Amino acid sequence: MAARRRTFRHGVHPPELKELTEAKKIRRMPFPDEIVLPLSQHTGKPAIPLVKQGDRVERGDKIAEADGFVSSPVHASASGTVKAIELWPHPDGTYKPAIRIAVDPYSAQAPRPRMVPRWEGLSPKEIVKAIQDAGVVGLGGAAFPTHVKLAPPDDVEIDTIIINGCECEPYLTTDHHIMSEYPERVHMGVRIMMHTLGVDRAMIGIEKNKPDAIAAIRATLPEDLDITVHPLTVKYPQGAEKMLIEALLQREVPSGKLPLHVGVIVQNVGSCAAIAEVFDTGLPLIERIVTVTGLGVRQPGNFIVPVGTKVGEVIDACGGLTEDAHEIVFGGPMMGAPQANLDVPILKGVTGVVVLSKDETKPKESYACIRCGHCLDSCPVFLNPQLLGQLAMAGEYELTEEHHIWDCMLCGCCSYVCPSNIPLSQLFQVTRSALRRLQAKESAA
Amino acid sequence: MSEPRFLVTASPHLKAPATTPQIMWNVVGSLVPIVVVASWFFGLGAFLVIASATAGSLLTERLLGKKGSLRDGSGMITGLLLGLTLPPGLPLWMAFLGGVVAIGFGKLIFGGLGQNIFNPALLGRAFLQAAFPVAITTWPVQVRGFWNIQSDNLALPFMGVGESDMVTGATPLGLMKFEATGTNVQDLILGTIGGSAGETSALLITLCGGYLALRNFLNWRIPISIFISVAILSQLVHTLDPSYPGPLFMLFSGGLMIGAWFMATDMVTSPVTNKGCWIFGAGIGALIVIIRLWGGLPEGVMYAILLMNAMVPYINGWTQPKVFGTRVQEAAT
Repeated sequence: MAARRRTFRHGVHPPELKELTEAKKIRRMPFPDEIVLPLSQHTGKPAIPLVKQGDRVERGDKIAEADGFVSSPVHASASGTVKAIELWPHPDGTYKPAIRIAVDPYSAQAPRPRMVPRWEGLSPKEIVKAIQDAGVVGLGGAAFPTHVKLAPPDDVEIDTIIINGCECEPYLTTDHHIMSEYPERVHMGVRIMMHTLGVDRAMIGIEKNKPDAIAAIRATLPEDLDITVHPLTVKYPQGAEKMLIEALLQREVPSGKLPLHVGVIVQNVGSCAAIAEVFDTGLPLIERIVTVTGLGVRQPGNFIVPVGTKVGEVIDACGGLTEDAHEIVFGGPMMGAPQANLDVPILKGVTGVVVLSKDETKPKESYACIRCGHCLDSCPVFLNPQLLGQLAMAGEYELTEEHHIWDCMLCGCCSYVCPSNIPLSQLFQVTRSALRRLQAKESAA
Repeated sequence: MSEPRFLVTASPHLKAPATTPQIMWNVVGSLVPIVVVASWFFGLGAFLVIASATAGSLLTERLLGKKGSLRDGSGMITGLLLGLTLPPGLPLWMAFLGGVVAIGFGKLIFGGLGQNIFNPALLGRAFLQAAFPVAITTWPVQVRGFWNIQSDNLALPFMGVGESDMVTGATPLGLMKFEATGTNVQDLILGTIGGSAGETSALLITLCGGYLALRNFLNWRIPISIFISVAILSQLVHTLDPSYPGPLFMLFSGGLMIGAWFMATDMVTSPVTNKGCWIFGAGIGALIVIIRLWGGLPEGVMYAILLMNAMVPYINGWTQPKVFGTRVQEAAT
């Protein structure tokens, strides 16, 4: 029998840089004076506001409702008064409608008393509805509404739930600390999902560089469920859905298809804990755990941050920026989004705030491609980034589709290894938005 | 609103440390010991030949290349490699001219670094071989005494080389081909033989190339597949007809070592896929054996590499990676 593979092929080994916050226990961050909650914090349609200027809201109140099934509501993350509903800088670099709440400085920030449903007595449909009402989205970064994954179409059969505890991005220790400090929460979330989907098997994949998380998750494994823990090779992007499925189940998700087409649902450990929270305290998703780290921040750590806290306040609570702070990234440094503005709020999907120092950031100059082939050796989905990059630079966007541009996960491995510092991953993003525009034009015509 | 003081770049925000100039200068660095040993074996003349070829390359790169392109180190590599393929007694002006052609016609005419089809150093040598067939096949014997300059080195441009008083000898491959005389393999490995400046010490070249392979600055699959292909083919021929030389002699003689480690592995002119590199190397090995044993020339490494360079776009096309998720898709349909 072939030895069980503990990883995927290709990928890269960036420096882990997790030592800054690895040993820091999760602490609660103080409530800021103002909370900004964009209506679009998730993949799907933006939420519709339920409040107006001057309304008094309590912590945990729903202030915007989901617009359809693939959408997610927004809840007040602190008690206070609605100041305005207006355009505000969004972490994606644009301005988007957001609800601004002036936080009541004398409030105890206690949520209203609420009924907590017993999930054992609910039907799968009711559980899915409860999770949507609580505004739970994927906490691993993509912020895809969690309830949508729990309601797969009728023609697919799910046999395994995979819990993603890889956290393969450098610097981040968010999932690490959720697993090592709240392992029971994770297991409860898994239990609820298994019940909802009627699935008997769950697998938790964790990179080997988090031995304490693996130990904590193993020590608390429920005996009545088939949940297994799988330590995985430390390699980026081990936490990408398709790579994780390949490592754990040796199943290859077909090009253009989703994990559910091979019978798998993948959820991040943070999302599991958030589901547990909904049926434990009854609180919706109004705060999350964020790693604030990087050589550019004075006192890095892992924090519970109210959603909507401005990044500037988060950094101030960590002792402020150092002299050589140069680039602020939401998420990990491999796939995260750079921020130009300190007023941008922390959203539900922000796993970390990484402040890079000047020396760490990429050099400015790039060179001609020397066809070394390092990008091909790194691409986890076996594309030819060298060729795609050439086509993209020549503006041959339609040709890139023949070479599988849509299979690119934008993981950034090719850009990371490129000795000529060619921004391949960026070229592919540009190509894809150009292709989307072309398609929109064609369907309009 | 806060002042715009932060860098905003597309992800990924980290970058692996290796850069193109770093790779190139590492190649230059690993050629230095070979140049030093070649100069030791063949005297100052060999050093001057290498220096002239390099001067021709660098000057052309500086005058005709993109601004600042000297800094990426690739012109330096071309000059050194060209110099190492030349006979130590070659008139210096020829070496210089070879450097000019190597960079001008081998690289810049295609659009500079990364655009050329053929290995520039070998293109320069092919030009010299065509233009000066006698001078480039005149091999002085190794001299003891570093300050010894071969009298032909100082010949004036385009003046006929007069009655030369240079002591010449045949290379091991020449001996094999034209006089059917073998050479001790130990001499080949250590380099105490006649030949081009860089053709001599197989051991040293392997050490220097091995360093680059360990740092992933060259694709080890290329030299290895060349060695395997040469060894298998020459063993086959040797078994059928023992008058042909065996694999050890074939591997360690001539320009095979420097060609396999330093020229075939030129990233620009070799395939981008690993599978392609195996094919590329196997093709070079086969061509070397064919040219050496049955061609009109004693040595075939240069033409073998140049011919396979021309095949690279096709090899790349044949060996495109299988995109993740397409294998199952095909099985399903």
